[in-house]
Amino acid sequence: MDKVQDNRAWFLIIPVFLIVAFSAVIPLMTVVNYSVQEIFGPGQTFFVGTEWFEAVLTDERLHDALVRQIIYSLAVLAIEIPLGILIALGMPGGRSAKTSLTLVLLALPLLIPFNVVGTIWQIFGRGDIGLLGATFRAIGVDYNYTNNSLDAWLTVLVMDVWHWTSLVALLCYAGLQSIPPAFYQAAKIDGASKWAVFRYIQLPKMRGVLIIAVLLRFMDSFMIYTEPFVLTGGGPGNSTTFLSQYLTQMAVGQFDIGKAAAFSIVYFLIVLLFSFIFYTVITNSGSGEKK
Amino acid sequence: MTLTLEGVAKRVGAEQHLHPLSLELQAGSFNVLLGRTLAGKTTLMRLMAGLDKPTAGRVLENGKDVTGASVRHRDVAMVYQQFINYPAMTVYENIASPLRRQGKDKAEIDAQVRRTAAMLRIEPYLERLPAELSGGQQQRCAIARALVKGAGLLLLDEPLVNLDYKLREELRAELRDIFADGKTTVVYATTEPQEALVLGGNVTVLHEGQMLQTGATGDVFHTPASLACAQVFSDPPMNVMDAILTNDRVALSDGTSLPLSAHDRNLPAGPCRVGIRANHLTVLRRSERLVPIKGRVALSEISGSETFIHLRHGDTTLIAREEGVHSHPIGSDIQVYADPDRIFVFSTAGQLVAAPNWRRGALRNIA
Repeated sequence: MDKVQDNRAWFLIIPVFLIVAFSAVIPLMTVVNYSVQEIFGPGQTFFVGTEWFEAVLTDERLHDALVRQIIYSLAVLAIEIPLGILIALGMPGGRSAKTSLTLVLLALPLLIPFNVVGTIWQIFGRGDIGLLGATFRAIGVDYNYTNNSLDAWLTVLVMDVWHWTSLVALLCYAGLQSIPPAFYQAAKIDGASKWAVFRYIQLPKMRGVLIIAVLLRFMDSFMIYTEPFVLTGGGPGNSTTFLSQYLTQMAVGQFDIGKAAAFSIVYFLIVLLFSFIFYTVITNSGSGEKK
Repeated sequence: MTLTLEGVAKRVGAEQHLHPLSLELQAGSFNVLLGRTLAGKTTLMRLMAGLDKPTAGRVLENGKDVTGASVRHRDVAMVYQQFINYPAMTVYENIASPLRRQGKDKAEIDAQVRRTAAMLRIEPYLERLPAELSGGQQQRCAIARALVKGAGLLLLDEPLVNLDYKLREELRAELRDIFADGKTTVVYATTEPQEALVLGGNVTVLHEGQMLQTGATGDVFHTPASLACAQVFSDPPMNVMDAILTNDRVALSDGTSLPLSAHDRNLPAGPCRVGIRANHLTVLRRSERLVPIKGRVALSEISGSETFIHLRHGDTTLIAREEGVHSHPIGSDIQVYADPDRIFVFSTAGQLVAAPNWRRGALRNIA
């Protein structure tokens, strides 16, 4: 068969090429470019090689922020995933008013803008006028998120759980709804316990949505910025300064563009690595007890 | 186990899903529930299993009333239309799961799993997950799981309906041997008359939530108690024509007269309805006693190696079956032949008046 030589086909991919270039490739390469330069001002740049990367990887404060960040993200996953599954299991099924009401209630926190969530909790936790803070004060618990590191850290964590557990619950609920009723009947006839139904039917059937839930929650919590910024501004001390906030301080506060760019790339690679690990682990563990 | 249903009925809200019916299934018997979609087969099965509680009547297992008893305390196993297996367990673990729950020891479980898997020909796949099997193999795994449980009552709710034609034939033939152990009472729901005939045993015909007839499969097929029952138990549905019965002959509206020589004598004269299955309406005149019926081709469809001719005859459409693949132009005139020894006579209300006395007919042919 004769092949038709017609290079006009290349024109058809130009729109996609342009969009991807402007939205992803060029910004990314700009960052890569910054990361190997010392920048004093417009036009005053010097090539410094891997110096910034070395600086970033040996930065003590950054290490602290990274450890804080990892502990925080793991805590978020450890609380939100089981809690979300439990809520989904307890939700009413079918098409009743009860179901709609539950769904709307669950969706509410998801509809609130991030900075508003921060503000809500800022006021909620205040000892003088906040419901939570005042209640703690009334029962004699010493709680103050503005000068106690642990209190601040826990408040940020609880705030995230409050804000995002609904997402996990809704995803799991969708997964549960897709299980045909015959599975439950079969389990009933088999005399399977509630735990067995969960372990051998519901959990494997939710695997797909759980992968998505874990990845979404991990990536989001690993990049958390707005809520702690509004609530505590990263303090007290550095106790709630997570990676993205440290990065912002570096780039916009200290105008250390080169170092911030190197940091961004390392940050990106860390998120990528963790996501890959989670994905691999969940995908393999769900596919059974193969010997 | 002997399963007895006494006036069992199921009503959901204002809808009567199942009208009161009584049925006795002997221990070790093979029973087919035959009926079209929404006939109440699944409803009846759920009542038998104890998944639902009947709104009226009693369910007895070996004479013991178990009407309100939960499915957990019943001795049942069930196979569904969908392929239901534990998704995260291997085929081996799936089959072993009912035995583990019964607390059998390891060696016995292993022996039973392997024996059952061999019987269902899924031995090579024991280490695989259900999702890695074909549909037919998944259903074999589900059947193995139900069989291995050793329950007194095994319910199969259209187990082959989601399989392709070839696999269905294959598994159907095997199922008959598998269930022939004689200990388990088997109930098998299907929409296909063909399947009921292949599987044999007893049949209970359901239609719109009502039990039409129950008995040995051959008896019900050859002497359907009513037109409705005959319709459910014929594929394609039985041809029906209005006729006048006089002196043991039926006269069709166009004057064609069929002698009822294989039927009982001295039938009551008057208007009646004549039923004849498609395979007894043929294009070839195999014998002189066949009576010609004229019609006009409305449609001719080929199914497998058979041709079904839909023909207009007066106000009714008849379906004739022809061996082999043939084409009949739409609108052309055609003559088909009815076997008068195979026709059924129903009253105008649809009750059976006379069926071909097939046992006597068979004897007469030999003599």
